[in-house]
Amino acid sequence: MASRLAAAPRLGLRAVALGYVALLVLLPLAVVVWRTVRQGGSAFWAAISSAQAEQAFRLTAIVAGSAVVLNTIFGVAVAILLTRYSFPGKRVFSVLIDIPISISPIVVGLALVLVYGPYDGWFGASLHSAGIDIIYAVPGMVLATTFVSLPLVVREIVPVIEDEGFEQEQAARVLGAGAAQRFRRITLPTIKYALAYGVVLSIARSIGEFGAVKVVSGDISGSGQTQTATLLVDARVEQLEPGAYQVSLVLIAVAVVAIVVVSMIRPKEERA
Amino acid sequence: MTLSAVVAPATSDGPAPRRGTIGGSSSARLGAASGITLGTAVLWLSLLVLLPLAAVIAKSTAGGWTGFWHALTAPGAAQALRLTILSALAVTAINAVMGTLIAWVLVRDDFPGRRLVEVLIDIPFALPTIVAGLVLLALYGPTSPIGVNLLGTQRAVAFALLFVTLPFVVRTVQPVLIALDTEAEQAAASLGAGRLATFRRVVLPVILPAVVSGAALAFARAMGEYGSVLLISGGVNHARVSSMYAFQQIQNADYAGASATATVLLVVSLLVIVTLDVIQRRAARRG
Repeated sequence: MASRLAAAPRLGLRAVALGYVALLVLLPLAVVVWRTVRQGGSAFWAAISSAQAEQAFRLTAIVAGSAVVLNTIFGVAVAILLTRYSFPGKRVFSVLIDIPISISPIVVGLALVLVYGPYDGWFGASLHSAGIDIIYAVPGMVLATTFVSLPLVVREIVPVIEDEGFEQEQAARVLGAGAAQRFRRITLPTIKYALAYGVVLSIARSIGEFGAVKVVSGDISGSGQTQTATLLVDARVEQLEPGAYQVSLVLIAVAVVAIVVVSMIRPKEERA
Repeated sequence: MTLSAVVAPATSDGPAPRRGTIGGSSSARLGAASGITLGTAVLWLSLLVLLPLAAVIAKSTAGGWTGFWHALTAPGAAQALRLTILSALAVTAINAVMGTLIAWVLVRDDFPGRRLVEVLIDIPFALPTIVAGLVLLALYGPTSPIGVNLLGTQRAVAFALLFVTLPFVVRTVQPVLIALDTEAEQAAASLGAGRLATFRRVVLPVILPAVVSGAALAFARAMGEYGSVLLISGGVNHARVSSMYAFQQIQNADYAGASATATVLLVVSLLVIVTLDVIQRRAARRG
């Protein structure tokens, strides 16, 4: 869009905006990428293929994968409930789903420890004596990751179903289509881009979760490791071990891929 | 980029009214299958979110009001809370201005590399917070190639918060600016209004709800931030924010102390969500 502004002030504003983004985001990223490249391919390989790093990536995949599956099922079910059904307390239910998005990750971790902690948690103590451990183990890490990314899928799908309206759904219902058939033939084609978008956002958020997982995992390294990739970066920096940049570069690459994929899905969703 | 999941841009001339709004007349009543689904969803939400958050509040008030107050005004807690609130306010103000400016440049200006800038704006959303911290430490830490070492200073905390809250205002204001017709601005200009007057009287009233929404989200994020601040704060007392204090109390098994600080952070988050709900409803009514 052509601007009405004269050239000088426009260039001035552009310089300020770009300078700010460069100092805050581009230059710091460039330094990390450059230092990782300078340390060379063998250092990179050693850093990301050590037993500790391999286990960290595996844990990240398990935890993030479980959280994404849980939130996709929850997200689709809740979005359909919110848009196609009326029930008492719906508005409160809708607001409650948004809570996780702005809460400190440390508060999330603490909250889960207070309920599921093995020694004095509300449920955790009896679960622990029954041999089920949630906190300081993988299930707690999945819960924490699911918590922080809970609304992402729901909030992408709800507006799309609302825009689509109810006529097709109701017609199919009148014509005798079952719930599964209506979902597969009508709802799913409607929401597929929004769903894909929500899932990519959830994957990026889940892989990157740090604070909440740090609290509930106990950040255990060595045998019985509960250290994910983000926790490994923290540990390597704080213990002055090499390899933090290399693991970070992998995570940066994942983030950039997520952004690019999202920017490719987005226009399709708007056209649909 | 997670933003669109939370805030529909609070435009005052937004898209056409949606056909089926939540709770509209076309909604069906619950049947057996949908009833069971709702029951399961509510149970899951309770076990995952509601009960744990209730546990935080219960723990913080277990020692009564005085216990809560005592935990909150303990030297470390009070100092951390003060730094957290002040830096969150300052960072929100800076990014409200810079975010609006960046959104304006992205929408109304055209230059090579605009798409790269779009990607860069989303990076703080998509990057793991600990990596964000490491990235900032690389340029502004002890091994800085430009000789700027902020490690262990309060400015470093503010810097990390500026980084993680950068996208909020940009991404709420941008769609409103795209939807805004330039005709009103041209009319104002042709009637002799200066550039500043045009912005203040024509553009600002339209984008203000979006700026406030973005700023509210940025403030909530800054108040609770942990990962990006952790490394660059250097673990020194005077650069410790509330979430770091709460983490330390958890490590010390002082759950009551951690819960008092956590309750304050929780209340701030809830206030922000309610504020956003009000802003969006008001904008929707006006549109």
